Amino acid sequence: MTARSTLGALAVGLLLGSFSLGVMGADPLQALSSIFLGSFASAYGFGETVTKAIPLMLAGTGLALAFRGRLWNIGAEGQLLAGAVAATGAALSLKDLLPGFLMVPALFAAGAAGGAAWGLLAGWLKTRFQVNEVIGSLMLNYIAAEAVQYLIYGPWKGATQFGFPYTDNFCAAATLPVIAGTRVHAPTLAVALAAAGGAFWALRRMRFGFEVRALGGNPEAARYAGIDPARTALILMALSGGLAGLAGAGEAAGIHHHLTYPWAVSSGYGYSAIIVAWVAGLNPLLVVPSALFLGGILVGGDAIQTSMGLPASAISLFNGILLLSLMGGEFFARRRPQRSPSPLAGEGRDGGPGHK
Amino acid sequence: MNASFGLGAETLSRSLAAATPLLLGTLGEITAERSGVLNLGVEGMMAAGAVAGFSAAHATGSPWIGLAAAIGAGAALALVHAFFSVTLKANQIVCGIALTMLGLGISGVWGRAFVGTPLACRFQAVLWSRDPVFYLAVVLTAALSWLLFRTRWGVAVRSVGENPLAADAAGLPVDRIRILCTAFGGAMAGMAGGYLSLVYIPSWIEGMTAGRGWIVIGLTIFAGWKPWKAFAGALLFGGIDVSQYLFQDHCSPNFLKMLPYAATLLALLASGRSLHGASAPPAALAVPYRKGER
Repeated sequence: MTARSTLGALAVGLLLGSFSLGVMGADPLQALSSIFLGSFASAYGFGETVTKAIPLMLAGTGLALAFRGRLWNIGAEGQLLAGAVAATGAALSLKDLLPGFLMVPALFAAGAAGGAAWGLLAGWLKTRFQVNEVIGSLMLNYIAAEAVQYLIYGPWKGATQFGFPYTDNFCAAATLPVIAGTRVHAPTLAVALAAAGGAFWALRRMRFGFEVRALGGNPEAARYAGIDPARTALILMALSGGLAGLAGAGEAAGIHHHLTYPWAVSSGYGYSAIIVAWVAGLNPLLVVPSALFLGGILVGGDAIQTSMGLPASAISLFNGILLLSLMGGEFFARRRPQRSPSPLAGEGRDGGPGHK
Repeated sequence: MNASFGLGAETLSRSLAAATPLLLGTLGEITAERSGVLNLGVEGMMAAGAVAGFSAAHATGSPWIGLAAAIGAGAALALVHAFFSVTLKANQIVCGIALTMLGLGISGVWGRAFVGTPLACRFQAVLWSRDPVFYLAVVLTAALSWLLFRTRWGVAVRSVGENPLAADAAGLPVDRIRILCTAFGGAMAGMAGGYLSLVYIPSWIEGMTAGRGWIVIGLTIFAGWKPWKAFAGALLFGGIDVSQYLFQDHCSPNFLKMLPYAATLLALLASGRSLHGASAPPAALAVPYRKGER
């Protein structure tokens, strides 16, 4: 899909989205302008946009990789929560054991491991028991959210939180530094940018990237070429889960400084990351601007909730329309002659992603 | 003795009520998938059906008009999916995710005015103090099973889902059949959502679908795309849903809330090995059909 058709589809999506808010009783132009004025027009707003873009970048990069290999991981939300849980566990249990400068690396390692484990669980169910990864990873999202609530109301409930269902706050060495005047936790942003760059490079230059692209292009031919789809699927689930887990570690250590309600740890980042990956055309480098764009919509969504009295689900509606516009845009892009086939095209003749 | 019988009857009654929306949704998804269209937007269509049903019943005072509105809302959203995935041949997985976002968004925005409002009108109970929609679901199970496996219409739907090229060669309008089956699936998902807001929780709570749409997609696989097995599966999951309330004194509520989702995984795990032979998915599931391409 060309850049021009993506931008065109996004413009149509934004218009249709704000029009739908208009049908629901809001002034559409005012809604659209408040979304973007709120998220990009002020230093504060842009800081918030970048803050929300961080988890979207990490999870979106992982999903771009997975979708490239036709692995439909819809579980970034749960994998993000698993990463936040693992990072919290590390922060609380290691606070007197590790020297301060090792805390942050340990947190990120724990977050990546937690997310990767949660992703691998869905991958294992798929490769070992043929449990479709869409359903498997989605069910694990719900289970992860309940597990977080169990922990914060139960065994991990903090002694110092005045009865709120949070864990105790992380020690100073386990909280991430922020860019002055914003909530942008710089270490996670650096990790996110590195992950996007690394994934881009791996996809282009590494043997593994070739295998992923081969499976995404023509699974049958890839199998004849000796590529093991089960092995690749497991690696992709671990990678995309691990990246979402890093996002969870960043949210816990960079924003909240404790584990809190699952819907506060992740306000649907795992689902928005699906759109991030799709807007980016499954190109990890383009995930960076795409995450900023979606981050802006999330910040603007918060702004119109307070200023125009729209419910939080207005953004879900908006995002759904945006994603459908992109699907429509692809159709028109596909009808023009192209130099290389798009990885986004509808499933090919033998590549049905159905319940296999 | 009497008390435990009362408890048993109460549990059974609640299980049937919890099973009804799952059954309705699964029957619809079976039809869509039998024709080769994977619609992952069940959760969104259910949510839209729930809000449409509630607002129509609230406005008119008739639960039947509510149910009709729910059916219409589900079918309308399904037609969006059909347009993108059948007509435009887009990726059905991503389309379904978009549909879920759309439906949940519509339900939240539209339902905002009703938050916490109880529904004044109810269905009159028919037989054994059960609501009529439950019996409708049983009748629809039998009807769909007969239609799919005993009629020419069913052969057409299944052949379009198994081998669209051959079906096309035999003169069947592949895309039109798929669009109709998708719309029927949406109507059923909408009815399932309407059941939630009109019968199961007759009050408006945002997010009342609570992942049931995804459980429906799991049940479709679990049932091997067969209506009567969907009936059995829905009863099983209705029972699991209700068992949350039976064990609430003994176990953390959070673990109990995990039960339906964990059970879905277990059910798929158990049916994974049988995904070949008689319980295999339709061969052309989620594969768009392009005329003139092999």
